Amino acid sequence: MKLVNPLTAIFHPPPTPGVLAVFGHLDTTVDAIGRLHAAGHTDFTVYSPIPRHEIEDALDQPVSPVRMFTLIGGISGCAIGAWLTLYMSYDWPLVLGGKPIGSVPPYVVIMFEMTILFGALSTILGILFNALFAARRLGTVAYDPRFTNDKFGIFVPSQPARAGQVESLLRGAGAEEIRRA
Amino acid sequence: MAEPQSSRVSYDFVTRAIARTLGTPGKGYFALLATAVALLGVGIVCLLFLLRYGLGLAGYSHPVYWAVYITCFVFWVGIAHSGTLISAILFLFRSGWRTAVYRTAEAMTVFAVMTAGLFPLIHIGRQWYFYWLIPYPNERGLWPNFKSPLIWDEFAIGTYFTVSTVFLILGLIPDIAAVRDVATGWRKKLYAICAIGWRGTNEQWRHFTRGYLYLAALATPLVLSVHSVVSWDFAMALVPGWHATLFAPYFVAGAIYSGVAMVITLLVPIRKLFHLEELITVHHFENLAKLCLLTGLIVSMSYCTENFVAWFGGNPHEREAFWYRAFGPFWWASWTMNICNGLLPWLLWSKKVRTNILGLFVVSIFVNVGMWFERFVIIVVSLAGEPFERFANATYNPTWADWGIMAGSFGWFFMWFLLFVKTFPAVSISEVKEVLPAPQRGKVAAS
Repeated sequence: MKLVNPLTAIFHPPPTPGVLAVFGHLDTTVDAIGRLHAAGHTDFTVYSPIPRHEIEDALDQPVSPVRMFTLIGGISGCAIGAWLTLYMSYDWPLVLGGKPIGSVPPYVVIMFEMTILFGALSTILGILFNALFAARRLGTVAYDPRFTNDKFGIFVPSQPARAGQVESLLRGAGAEEIRRA
Repeated sequence: MAEPQSSRVSYDFVTRAIARTLGTPGKGYFALLATAVALLGVGIVCLLFLLRYGLGLAGYSHPVYWAVYITCFVFWVGIAHSGTLISAILFLFRSGWRTAVYRTAEAMTVFAVMTAGLFPLIHIGRQWYFYWLIPYPNERGLWPNFKSPLIWDEFAIGTYFTVSTVFLILGLIPDIAAVRDVATGWRKKLYAICAIGWRGTNEQWRHFTRGYLYLAALATPLVLSVHSVVSWDFAMALVPGWHATLFAPYFVAGAIYSGVAMVITLLVPIRKLFHLEELITVHHFENLAKLCLLTGLIVSMSYCTENFVAWFGGNPHEREAFWYRAFGPFWWASWTMNICNGLLPWLLWSKKVRTNILGLFVVSIFVNVGMWFERFVIIVVSLAGEPFERFANATYNPTWADWGIMAGSFGWFFMWFLLFVKTFPAVSISEVKEVLPAPQRGKVAAS
């Protein structure tokens, strides 16, 4: 009897069925996105070697939640900086240079640095979490290595019965190459 | 304005040209690497002597207890600054020319901070107690003194190192993915791991671009703060020549000035070695030269202001300190600084110099030398001429241990930099493509 590793389902999920189109031009890609929207598709993936505002505008996506990570990280960093300096000063009060024990102006420097540190680190976590770990269908949709070089691509998940329709739509928009996954 | 790149440069050209730099290295590369490692070896030997015999070997004598090591620390932190300026501040200003040079500058930042971080550790004497810098209570429950600029400095440098490293790594991810997709063999496997699943999907770009923007926005005030905090290590003390409110902007401008010069020093050989003439053009060097000129003029103005205030302020000790700088036993250091930083950048007003790569390279080396001497003058010469216990002032002279460890720091820095440019794309693939016209079928892109 063959043993099945239960983690396989998590780490090697089965591929999503659908149609992958390769585009050589930005304008044809944007046109295809428009046609897909018009045909009622919402769940497709667009590949591009660089971020382009044209694609972003055509997709009309909500603003990335990464900014909340930055905000929360920054505020917590500032709070930790304030706690660190004030708690450590009052834990063993020593008068230095005749200044008050908890003298805020010099502590602002620490608070500022901690704001930046925590803000930056949580931004990175936000990007990793949203773009990699929590990304939908990551690693299950078809891909072509030319998408990081000079080609644009669109993957439309669809059942084999409807794939023909999607194919003709993408071809009409100017896809250079189409294949089913 | 010169064309940033020739019309031959397409998306595919960019990927291939930059991926090619990661191939098997040639003789020139190994020669440079061997030089760097040899210099590092010299530094390590000197450091071992220093560990064995103590800081007396560094020539410290009352009142000069901050000398070449602290000079090197400030110098290397300064070098680091232009990287973040080019990658973050110019990013926020949407300046297109930065794309070809920012990766080199950013890598330089990370390695320069790494180098700088070694010097306080070398300087403390009992290097094995370096962990005392970390904020935790000692055996009697006493915490570090947060009113001390040295503790601010530790936080600033620590934050700067962390943030510039993550900024560099984040920018590398899409480029590593691009290299992964054209590489073969074991390189492909290595880059596949480093690219952590990047495929350039719309979801990934959506989070990436937003996050990158916020990181740039956080790094911008950070870069201005770090050298301000470094300057307060001095300005918060009462030593004449240090105790000035001018110090923060003066140090930040000087840092960017020396950093831009170092970027030019590094880019000239890299461009030649990796045949990147079509990606990094004279246009990019000219813009770097303009940045160098601007910051150089701010530095020159700071020199004038400093001297003017010393005279106009009427404080006899301050006046004496500046007289000692210019005409005391360290006059050669002061005049090297004035000539290299104050006079030489005026050559950059000429377009002929700005567009002459070799000329720029020479000017940039002089600026590096001048900026090292600026820190030497500020730190060592101000201390050597201290008026507080004049009768007890001894003569200070740098020793072979100082010069050896300084040479070692250059070896350490260039070693990391050379290893980096051969392992990871030294020019950003995706960002260079961003400033190229996108391929369009219908019409020629305005981009």
